[in-house]
Amino acid sequence: MTITERQEQLLKDLSLFQDWTERYEYVIGLGRQLTEMPQASKTEDRLIEGCQSQVWLEAYFKDGGVHYRADSDSQITKGMIALFIQFLDGESPENILTADFAFIEKTGLKEHLAPTRANALNLMALQMKQRALDFAGAAD
Amino acid sequence: MSSYDVSAVRSAFPILRHEVHGKPLVYLDNAATSQKPEAVLDVSRHYYERLNSNIHRGTHYLAQEATLAHENARKLIARHLNASSVEEIIFTSGATDGINLISSILGYSGKINPGDVIAISNLEHHSNTVPWQMLCERSGAELEVIPVTEEGTIDSTAFDHLLEKTSGRLKVLALTQISNAFGTILPLGPMIDSAHRAGALVVIDGAQAVPHLSVNMQDLDADFYVFSGHKVYAPTGIGVLYGKRELLEDLPPWRGGGEMIRKVSYEGTTFNDLPYKFEAGTPNIEGAIALAAALEFLNGLGLQNVSSHEDEMIRRAASALTSIRGVTLYGPSDRSGSLSFNIEGIHHYDLGTLVDKMGIAVRTGHHCCQPLMARFGVTGTLRASFGCFNNEDDVNRLAEAVEKGVEMLR
Repeated sequence: MTITERQEQLLKDLSLFQDWTERYEYVIGLGRQLTEMPQASKTEDRLIEGCQSQVWLEAYFKDGGVHYRADSDSQITKGMIALFIQFLDGESPENILTADFAFIEKTGLKEHLAPTRANALNLMALQMKQRALDFAGAAD
Repeated sequence: MSSYDVSAVRSAFPILRHEVHGKPLVYLDNAATSQKPEAVLDVSRHYYERLNSNIHRGTHYLAQEATLAHENARKLIARHLNASSVEEIIFTSGATDGINLISSILGYSGKINPGDVIAISNLEHHSNTVPWQMLCERSGAELEVIPVTEEGTIDSTAFDHLLEKTSGRLKVLALTQISNAFGTILPLGPMIDSAHRAGALVVIDGAQAVPHLSVNMQDLDADFYVFSGHKVYAPTGIGVLYGKRELLEDLPPWRGGGEMIRKVSYEGTTFNDLPYKFEAGTPNIEGAIALAAALEFLNGLGLQNVSSHEDEMIRRAASALTSIRGVTLYGPSDRSGSLSFNIEGIHHYDLGTLVDKMGIAVRTGHHCCQPLMARFGVTGTLRASFGCFNNEDDVNRLAEAVEKGVEMLR
């Protein structure tokens, strides 16, 4: 599946939910399923600055794709970053750099978020692209 | 309790008639800012509709009426605080502005020198921390911090040690009256006495106290006292610095401009008398009048009635939250205004987000008290803070929402 197809799948999934609690529970559940990030990887340089909660993001390049590991002390934040990882993991740096994060507006999740939280989402998206950029040369 | 009609109080607050996320609003963020009763809103509107004019200099009717209203507000505030004279009431933009004013003029006065000590407590809001750090940096004075106990109260033994250690060097003791984060009421009486015996000036941050307690400058004997209007049912952008007259007279002005001068020439300028010496520029006229109206509103309810009602609500909330597995309540059991808590394994921000969805407004985070959060090894807490209009239903809905949120996150 392409990034766009995966995003469309998510929108379909979310549309099945009746109310905000189910949507939140879904996101929290995604965070729980995220591959654990080793404690040793949670270093200062992997922290995303500017979030109310702590978010660590690590990226590595393998078999032509960018892979992410992330963690947060906030379960909702962790769920949101898990959502992003679902779309982007294993994709080429070029695909990640051109990925459209505006789809998040359509999920209805953002309207449930405080502005500080919505801002944190933008920061996370930006950081994921930033890390992909580091590998852009390697893919050529 | 029976004399306090909370449903009548609620009906005075228009914002409580509105819904949030499709649910009736439960407003428990009074320590951040209070809601405004109709009586205060009416005064603000009336001011702009009928009185609006610049004050003190105009000869026309409106200027005189506006001046009168502004100065009557000052008188009412002086009475409310039991200041010894109306000149002791300086209008500011809020508690932060008041602390910056007093720390700045103490700095300019030459009273704070290298090696001197300024002491604060670990419970202070950043606004009663950072201005003093800045003064220390400018003057070469040292900042000392009175630690707090595990219960979130002042460690009085450590305070005694600090007084001994800094003997002859302690110039300022700056304390909050009630902790905005934990609701701790500080034992100001003995602390102010000790500081005075040590020759220090005492600055009290009353931002969290004025909405809940009757404060009396003669009994308290603080040298300076600040509070914000917006936390006591008045608009934002207005506040008060009280200072003992002889001290204020002795201190140099801070901001220069109109109003604070007597005569200006290029050869030199002479300054106005108290309180105008510290009030450069056009003041927040409407804010001052609305602040007086807010205090009248509060006095109409009776501060004693308000505080015993709020104490009862906060006790009920504490007791309801205690039954949740893994809960930690911060601060002593006789807390005032604010109830801070965390739930094991759950981020305060997540829980705050979920209870907001259920129409409950609480605060999450460090509450502008990062050093206090560090002392307790947390990045923040959830804080429910109470006002005169909160009722049992608010307490029940808070407890239900927290339980539901915890369930979702566990």
